[in-house]
Parts: sequence; structure tokens; C-alpha cells
Amino acid sequence: MPISRRIFLRDSAIAMIGVGTSPLWLERAALAVNSTAATGQRRKVLVAIFQRGAADGLNIVVPHGEQRYYDLRPTISIPRPIAGIAKEDSVIDLDGMFGLHPSLASLKPLWDRQQLAIVHAAGSPDPTRSHFDAQDYMESGTPGLKATSDGWLNRALLPADGKPSPVRAVSLGPTLPRAMRGTNDAVAVENLNSFNVRDAAAAKSLEAMYAGTGDQVLNGTGRATFEAVALLQSLQKTPYQPADGAKYPAGRFGDSLRQIAQMIKADVGVEVAFADLGGWDHHAQEVGPKASVGQLANRLTEFGDSLAAFYRDLGDRMEDVVVVTMSEFGRTAKENGDRGTDHGHANAMFVMGGPVQGGKVYGKWPGLAPEQLYESRDLALTTDFRDVLGEAVYSHLGNRQIAQVFPGYAGGANKFKGYLRA
Amino acid sequence: MQQKVFVLTIAGLTMLATGFAAKKPKPAAATALSAPKIPQMTDDQKALHALNRLTFGPRPGDLEQVKQLGVHQWIEQQLQPDSIPENPILLAKLAPLDTLQMSTGAMLQKYPSPQMIKQIIDGKLPLPSTDDPLTRAAVQTAIARYEQKKRADDAAQAPNPDPSAAAPPMPADRMPAGRITKEMFNSLPLDADQKSDLLNGTQQTRLDLLASLPDDKLVAVLEALPPQIRNRLANAGPPALRRRVEILNTPMQVVNRDLTEGKLLRAIYSSRQLDEVLSDFWFNHFNVYLDKGADRFMITSYERDVIRPHVLGKFKDLLLATAESPAMLFYLDNWESVSDNAPARPNAPADRKRQGLNENYGRELMELHTLGVDGGYTQLDVTEVARCFTGWTIRQPQQGGGFFFNPRMHDPGEKHVLGVAIPAGGGIEDGLKVIDILAQSPATAHFIAKSLAIRFVSDNPPDALVDKMAATFSATDGDLREVMRTMFNADEFWAAANFRAKLKSPLEMVVSAVRAVNGDVDTAVQMVQLMNTLGEPLYRKQEPTGYTNRGGDWLNSASLLARMNFANTLAQGKIGGVKVDLAQFSGDTAQIEHNILLADASPASQSAIQAGIGEAPQKQPTGPMVAGLTLGSPDFQRR
Repeated sequence: MPISRRIFLRDSAIAMIGVGTSPLWLERAALAVNSTAATGQRRKVLVAIFQRGAADGLNIVVPHGEQRYYDLRPTISIPRPIAGIAKEDSVIDLDGMFGLHPSLASLKPLWDRQQLAIVHAAGSPDPTRSHFDAQDYMESGTPGLKATSDGWLNRALLPADGKPSPVRAVSLGPTLPRAMRGTNDAVAVENLNSFNVRDAAAAKSLEAMYAGTGDQVLNGTGRATFEAVALLQSLQKTPYQPADGAKYPAGRFGDSLRQIAQMIKADVGVEVAFADLGGWDHHAQEVGPKASVGQLANRLTEFGDSLAAFYRDLGDRMEDVVVVTMSEFGRTAKENGDRGTDHGHANAMFVMGGPVQGGKVYGKWPGLAPEQLYESRDLALTTDFRDVLGEAVYSHLGNRQIAQVFPGYAGGANKFKGYLRA
Repeated sequence: MQQKVFVLTIAGLTMLATGFAAKKPKPAAATALSAPKIPQMTDDQKALHALNRLTFGPRPGDLEQVKQLGVHQWIEQQLQPDSIPENPILLAKLAPLDTLQMSTGAMLQKYPSPQMIKQIIDGKLPLPSTDDPLTRAAVQTAIARYEQKKRADDAAQAPNPDPSAAAPPMPADRMPAGRITKEMFNSLPLDADQKSDLLNGTQQTRLDLLASLPDDKLVAVLEALPPQIRNRLANAGPPALRRRVEILNTPMQVVNRDLTEGKLLRAIYSSRQLDEVLSDFWFNHFNVYLDKGADRFMITSYERDVIRPHVLGKFKDLLLATAESPAMLFYLDNWESVSDNAPARPNAPADRKRQGLNENYGRELMELHTLGVDGGYTQLDVTEVARCFTGWTIRQPQQGGGFFFNPRMHDPGEKHVLGVAIPAGGGIEDGLKVIDILAQSPATAHFIAKSLAIRFVSDNPPDALVDKMAATFSATDGDLREVMRTMFNADEFWAAANFRAKLKSPLEMVVSAVRAVNGDVDTAVQMVQLMNTLGEPLYRKQEPTGYTNRGGDWLNSASLLARMNFANTLAQGKIGGVKVDLAQFSGDTAQIEHNILLADASPASQSAIQAGIGEAPQKQPTGPMVAGLTLGSPDFQRR
């Protein structure tokens, strides 16, 4: 039995409960099996977060141990933590080679508690630098193939045992992303509180109309919608209070994570969830006069604080939850002429959660020497994103049919990084 | 293959020879070659189909009008928007939205941007000289808010001193809500009677008083009133009063509001419907994002002066206009793209000393505007195109300056774009040459044809149709009106399978619903908010791809619920700012349904609605309920 990682940190932003003494925790660990059914209502949950716009992985998980990083980015690099530079404007060292952008300070305690892992130089092998295509490829899970109409996260769901919950697959926001499209019902929820037909008298008729229509597409969406409405009704009765003083930052991303947390804790049957956050396409003015200022800093503050709040809010339940983050590609190793970066290749992915063996940067670091760069300009790829996502699907959700989740991909369990506890 | 070429040539000759008559070309060519005939709609269906596809939805009476005129006559009319007198109701509703007619420069004088406010505070710009007390008041409000925000930001130790970064959101007004305090009251520039009216009078008395005041007194009174009272008066009062209050509340928002409201009003009321639909299409094609910095106040001119005039003209003119537009130059960063070989600017601030090439526009110009992602360009082409466009910049973007070519930013070397050598020393000609190459490329013809076909015909348009349209594009040097004609005359457009086959986008759903019930829009503000919930915030698509043209992409549970709720609220007459004459929902259920759908509702819908009425509380008039259910039905979601 692994040592409990629940260390009580007196002054940290996220205080946790006792030292492995919770009988519930032990019991769950003993019962941990791969079938979602075995845990009864306590299903395994995989939360996928998409940073849309090509987040700059090199400035997010900074290879401060490699001098070339500083040579390539004379004005927008994140300084090493040395004397004379404020802590909030320099890298938060992780392991001597890599460090976090300072605006991700709220994630450091998770790293220290080994609940946060990073896979660097990861991403899609497809050479496209088109946001649109690359996002499509990453969400469909079939880089290079335009014909795929469904998404990896929908395919990741195991065949349901019994009647599936209508909210097994839930996406936050007013649109249903490609990753969530597929044969399993998936619902887009813009706001839990307004996820209903306000007029009760009309609701019944509308439900009947959509149930009876010969229009297959509308029939399917209508049915899934009304089933989800019925199930989520109970969540609308009382205002939600995040646990343990967790404070989600204002804004759409914080709202999304808060609502996912709410649904997980309410045991409505969520198994896969999706949220996204845009505004990462920093072609100009990526970094302000100091690292803690500017567009990237703002994005990362929102990103990190939301994830940290989610972690704190879920508390105990994080044992069943894995969060994985991705972006369609990274950005150029060298800064451009506008204190920004252009479209690149490999990127950094985060994995967070109870089952994660964190406190480590996984993946092979390819280096930033000219001959080591992809097409002489970008961070080279050493880990396919499907290996990262595949491990979560295989080991956490328990879906062994990886070849069906990522059709056409020759990877397998032997290519997993091993960031999840066996 | 041989046959296909034959058909296209015949079609091409027919077009050129007849100067494109309004009639459909005879299917003789097709029969002669035994091409499989596509089952066509009935004539009745065609009339409704034309309305569904060329407009934002039929209004009561439109169908009869189209049938009377003849479908192809009507289409031909819509293809000549200038020949259609514009709806006077629309013109009247647009009149108060004064920024819609202003140049960027004039707009910024009257409604200074946050960047300008900062420069005014810093003493780098003078206060706008104006006799208009409202403008003065608005500027002072803006300055006060800016300073307030800055103090708050400094206190939170998160300053954002870069003036070209996105503007901070204006904080809520700090005045006490709802009550007129004694000091406030005493300070009002009114005599005792007037003060009494204001304090004790009815809503109407207050409005009459305000209407009687000269401008500067009116503004002073409005400024002194707490926002809640001010807003209540505004909502009850005439449009002119409402606008004054809007300007006082959020001067920075006036430009946004005019744009978004204007778009909805035009979609709902314009008689030049095809023109409106095409303006929406081409804005999306050449998308810019309202909330990116200076674009906030450049989009008004962009839409009016760059997009709209060219939607039925030559594609290359439209393309060039967007390439030169401050809005696009700013949005895709080309305005600050500098040749890697350009000398450093000695007087530039530290963070601008090192400048270089920005590829953003070069890429999207080919990927999204012309060739399409499969159009055959390489990464090298992207860089070369970016080099060509160095120097295409904006004079003082934060103050509404226009396009200018700056040779000192330009890369003078030789370039190679898509296999074409562009000699050194070309200056502004480099970019013009690229525009030419791209506009004339067959890949562009195909990409544009396909995009139009997706919007107007089907989420997956047949290749034969796209090829026909692309051929017209190439044969006419990119004449968009001709391409549209080819599409509207094609058998594929009138295929029976296409009748009510496309899912409506959120914009199409909302506007078609308001049109179907003859909604009278007093103010579109609430509907603009609704567009966010439905997933299509106007002018706010962050990515340069613009909103999708595929109806199927919009469908999901959140959006569906939002549509149902909107439908119900609209039919009850309860959408803020939109009056609906509930009396029109009289007569039997089937009649109400038919009036809205212009066809019989499907059996499932009919019986569900019937059951719904049966269960409705007795007091509730059932007409609006039926209308709401019809507007929210699966039937109404398709066009």
C-alpha cells in the first residue's frame, strides 16, 4: 500500500485532511478495480481540459536548466530564481531542470504532494500548424485524418452496465466539442442552474415533440437533453458551496470546473468531462515587462487557480479523478519580433489527481540545440499525446480497447509513461 | 471526365451569351448526356426554400409575395440589393445608433477608447473639444472610471501599464443604488417645481420633465440620478433618452452595443435580406474579433466599408480591402510585423526595440481566406507571404488611424510564393502580387465555392455543384454575384432532399423566430445577450475561422434548451425589448402552427402540442403557448 500522500500542510494554500488515517480512503484503495461498476456510484472520472490557441509550453514548464532557452528568448523568457529577481517574476523550480511559470504558484503544493505530473515535449505528430486542423486532430484522436467525425473522449467510455447515466459525458460551455461527439450520449451544459425548460407546462410537450420527431438528429439530441435535465434538476435546488473554502476564480473556466466538481460530488454519474479555455495564441506581447504581468501570466493565473480550487473542492473524491490538459500544439522555441511566439510543435501536458504519481516531469527532453529542434524552429516531439491520454483511458477508466479509442494508432500500454499508479 | 467538361462549357457559354437571364438554364445538356436527374422540389416548396435560404426567415406575407413575383424573379431582385428600397422601419431604428455611420476617427472623438482616456489623463492627448454636454459628461465618466480602476489595480498589485493591451473592463458604478440623497437632490439644476415633479411625480411626469429640459440640464440631471432610477426612466422613455442614459452608464460600450444591436435589427428588418445574409457570411469568412484591443472600435468601419460593399462584387476587391483594413491588420498582427532585416528603431521603448516577422496573417490569408488548408501551400510559403506583407501597417491604431505602407518595416528582398518569384525591391507591390496570385488560384475558387455551398445548400454539398460554382468563379475573375447565380440556378440547390434540411444557426433561429411572429423590436439589447447563451456571441468569435457554416455543428443540449426557452418567452411577448402582438395567435391550433411554419407541423409535433394544451392551466390563453411550442419544435429548427 503506498504511503498516504495526504500531508497536512499548515501554511499552504491547500490544507488537507489527516495522514492516511481515513478508513474510507483505505477501503476504497483496497477495492480499487478497473471496472467502473465495481465502485458503484463512485465512478472513475476523467476530466479533459483543452487550452485552445496553442499554449506556450516552453514558458509554462520552463526548461530553465538549459541555457539555450534563454538565448532563444532574450526578452520573453521567464528568469531563473536567482537573487535580485522577485519570486513572483521568476520560475518556480521543480527539479533543477524544469520550473513552473510563477503564475502557476497555486499548483506547486500539488506538485509537492505528488498529485501533479507533467509530460513535456508531448503532442501530435502531425505537422499541421493550423489551429483549426490541429484541434480537430487532437479531439478526434486521429491526427492527419479529416474524415473522423467522433472524438476520443466519447470513444473512451466503456459500454455501460445497465442504463447509462444521461450525463456520463458532459462538456461545459454552449457548444459540444469534437472530442465529446460520438455514439455515446454527451451533453453540453452551459450553466447548471439554467439547464432546463423554464416553463414547466411547455416542458412536457417539448419533450414529447422531440421524442416523436422523425428527424433522427433532433430526436437523439432531444432525448439526451431531457434525460439530463431530469437528472440534473436536483442540483438546481440549492446554491452550491465549494468544500474546504475552495475559491474558483471568476470567469468561464473557473465556472466550468466548479460545475464539473459539483456534478462529480453529486454522484449523477459523470465519467468523462470536458472544459476549455481560450486565449493562448500569443503572437504578440505574450509576456509583460515582468513575468507576472501580461497575457500569459493572466491566462496561467486563471488556469492554475481554477485547477487548484477544483482539487481542493473535490478533496477526498480526487482519489477517483484524473485531470489531463492539452493544447493543439506548442509555440516556436525562438521568440518572434513582437515579444511573442508563433505556431510550434511539441508542448507540455499536465496530469493531476489522486491516482497520479506526480512530482515528476515525464517524457524525454529533446533539447533546444538547433539540430534538436523540429524543422529548425520548434520543440521536437518525443511523446505522442495518445500515449498520455491512452494511459488515462486504459489505467484509470479501465478501457483496455485502446486501439478503438485511438484508431490507426500503433501505440500500446508499453508506451505509457507510467504516470498513474498501477 | 470528357462529359463533365462538356457540361461545364455549355453552362459557361449559356451564361455569357444570355447575360444570365433569371430563368433556370434548360436541362437539355444534362438530358443529352444522361446525367442522373436530381429529384427537384415542387414549385410551392421552391418558394419557401428560396425564402429559407436567402433570408433570415420568412415573415407573414413573404411567401405570397415571392409566389406572386415568381421565385427566380425574386431571387434576381435580391441579387440586386440596391434595386430594393430599404425598409423605412429599419432606417428609423438604426438612426439613433450614431456610431454605425461614423468613421473610426470621429467615433473615437465622441467615445474615446480606454487607451485614449489613458493618454488624455497622461496629458498626451487633449480632451475632445465638443459642445455636446453628453460627450463631455461621457468622457468625464470614462476618466473617472479609468482612474478608479487603476487605483483598484494598483492596490491589488497587478498593474497592466502596456497601453496597447486589451482594455480593462469598466467597473460597476459605485453610486448608491435606488435612492436620491439629499445632497444629490439639492445639487440638481432644477427649480422647486421641477424638483418636486422629479421626486414625487409619476413615471410619466418625470419623463415629461426630462423631455422639457435643454440638453445640458438634462445631462446634469441624469448624471446626478442613481443608476437604478436613471435606468428605469430610460427603459420607459423614448429611444433618445435611452441612448443618453446608455452613453452615461457605459460610454465604452456604446460602440459595441450599436454594432450588435444594429446587426440584429438589420437581420430582422432589412428588405435586402440576401445582402444581410451575405454580410454575415463574409464577415465570418474574414473574421475579426471584437474584444481584441483596438479592434473594439475598428469593426464598425470594417463591416460597413470593407465587407458590405463587396459581397456581390469581385472577390479580389473584397480580399484586397480586408488586407488593407486596420481591423484585419490589427487582429492578425500584421500591423506590427517587421522585416527581420529592418534596422532597429533607436527611439522605440525598450520592449519594442527588437522587432521581427509575424506570420499570423500570412498563414490565415492562405488557410482561411483564400486557398483553404488543403490548398497546396507550405510553411515556407507562409513565411514568404508574411515577408511580402511587412510594412502593411496602421497609422496610430489606437486613435483610429488608417492604412499606410511603411517602407522602413518592409522586407525588400526577393521572395518566392507558391512557385512565383517576386523580385526584390517591390515595396507595396509584393503584397498586391500575393493578393493577385491567391485571388486567381483555382484552389481559392474551389474553397470559396465550397464555403458558399455549405452555407446556402448543404452541410455536405455535392462536388458537382461546388465544381460548377468554382468554374464560374474562375471564368468571371471572381464575380461573386455570378457565383451566387450559378448556385441558385443549379439543380442541386433545388434538390427535394434539401427542403428544410439545414439546421438553423443560433442567429438564424432567433431572427427567424422574431420575423415569423412579426416581433416589434424596441431595443435588441436583451436578444444580444441571448446570443451568448445560444453559443453565437455576435462579433465575438475569437478564432479567425469565424463561426461555422454547418448547421449540424451548432446542435447540442445546452443550445437546444436555450432555443426552447427563447421560443417560449418570445411567444409570450416577454423577451425584453421585443413586442409581440399576442392577438395574432388566435384561431385553431393547426392554423397557428401553419402560420409560423408555413407548412403543416409534423404529426408528432401536432399531437404533442395538442396534449400540452389539454394540460395547460385553464386561465392561460393557449394561443401564445402553441406559438411558443411551435417555435421551439424540431420543425422550426430547420430551414
